[in-house]
Amino acid sequence: MSVQPSPDAGSRGRKWQRFTPRERILRSAFYLVVVIALVWSLRTIEVIPEFLYDAPAQTVDLFARMWPIDWSWYPKVVHDALIETLHTATLGTMLAVAMASVVALLVARNITRSVLLNNIGRFILVATRSIHTMVWALFFVAVFGPGALAGTLAIAMHSIGFTGKFLSEAIEEAQSGPIEALTAAGASRTAVLLKGFWPQVKPAFLSIAVFRWDINVRESAVLGLVGAGGIGMALDTALSNLYWDQAGLVLLVIFGVVIAAEIVTSWLRARMI
Amino acid sequence: MAGVAVSAPPPYPPPREGEGGRRRAFPPNWRARLAFAALALYALYAAQALDFTWSRFVQGFDQGGRFLARMFPPNTASDKLQLLVDGMMESLQIAVLATAVGIALSLPLGVAAARNLAPAPLAWSARALIVLFRSFHPVIVAILFVKAVGFGALAGVLALIVASLGFLSKLLAEALEEISMRQLEAVRATGAPFLSVLVLGVLPQVLPRHIGFCAYQLDSNLRNSALVGLVGGGGIGATLFTAFQRFDYDFVLTIVLAIIAVVMLGEMLSVWTRRLFQ
Repeated sequence: MSVQPSPDAGSRGRKWQRFTPRERILRSAFYLVVVIALVWSLRTIEVIPEFLYDAPAQTVDLFARMWPIDWSWYPKVVHDALIETLHTATLGTMLAVAMASVVALLVARNITRSVLLNNIGRFILVATRSIHTMVWALFFVAVFGPGALAGTLAIAMHSIGFTGKFLSEAIEEAQSGPIEALTAAGASRTAVLLKGFWPQVKPAFLSIAVFRWDINVRESAVLGLVGAGGIGMALDTALSNLYWDQAGLVLLVIFGVVIAAEIVTSWLRARMI
Repeated sequence: MAGVAVSAPPPYPPPREGEGGRRRAFPPNWRARLAFAALALYALYAAQALDFTWSRFVQGFDQGGRFLARMFPPNTASDKLQLLVDGMMESLQIAVLATAVGIALSLPLGVAAARNLAPAPLAWSARALIVLFRSFHPVIVAILFVKAVGFGALAGVLALIVASLGFLSKLLAEALEEISMRQLEAVRATGAPFLSVLVLGVLPQVLPRHIGFCAYQLDSNLRNSALVGLVGGGGIGATLFTAFQRFDYDFVLTIVLAIIAVVMLGEMLSVWTRRLFQ
């Protein structure tokens, strides 16, 4: 925002402008890029018209096949898969928090006073976050074979980036007063960490962990599609057999679990933090 | 790590008689220790329930070594690169279109879900719709759309529209509920119709924030567009999945590196856009 008095000054002839010329040029350029990107996408994206004609019929067919839902499948397969999904999400989050704590200590500038180590830590955070959980799962399935082990590790690896980033920010925001007091009293490094930093970081730590768990419940529900265990596996089976009534059941169960996870997280957050 | 769970209670307990008045600076916090022990026990139980065994890890490391060896060096043959570029372009198109349509649709849905602007029944039904959109992972939505409109980019676009709509409408509704009603009343007092009240009284208050959310959503759609391909939604995900199934692990590495590069570029772009509008 700037004021640009016109050359023939005088308080009457003053011209008010909201943006500087630089801001205006940048913004117009931005709008232009948006329009170009949109037009390019619309003109070149591949849509097969034959598929579109019967889309309404297919959609009706989809729901018609899902109904009535095959409830009898729940005790047979879905229940165990659901429990596996919950374990995967919880254990994955715990592993992620443990690993992310180490990386966060490395990244936090008020704990690790080496720029090189800070940057190495930051690189780990960005790299683990850029690869999606599903892609991590593809890797781990290739390494450890199909199953919940691959899924848990995938969840853990992808969550490091997110958890570590927020944790390191929380550590960096810690007040230096208590830490200096402890150091002055001759406390060891462990004591400074446990009695100086931990009490200050604890609320953020818990809320980050709980928030990530909520996300991970959603993510772990689809990991089975690439063979990494859990309820996604049941969905995959139902879909490949074209048993849409079973797929409908799995979708309902996933919906229920996600809602339940959200209720649990908001309850936990209200109680702990 | 057991000590980690101990928090420092600021009001120190009074000196105890039997100990000659000496007090402990940091008395053990038994509740926290108990909670920590319970978590550790759960971790052991869950690991056992999920059938984690040491031998599997050892086997896995062997396998992992071979796997990594097959990935290096990344495959940069020109026909593979062509596949990569085609897939990436399609992913970009999916992300751009899904974000654009998602933004356009999120405006009315967000307004409808804001409890201070919309009548209660409308607000609650809009909220229910948003919860429904948000609770399914884009991959699951993509599966349904693949069935409805067939394999290809369109299914991916539609799936990501649903995801964007859920996220953007929720944040827009939250931003709208925090606006100051005075400006709104001022515009209303001039006799302006509802649409003018929205454009002149409401929009200026939330626009900078909403543009930030939209930039973030573009970034997130870019990531997820690599994902919908795994289930038939087109884009680079399809290329990646095919490469995995054909055991072209060196090409897999090329694709993953390309995805990381594009995602990081997208993140930079989104940070830059947010700075431009705030």
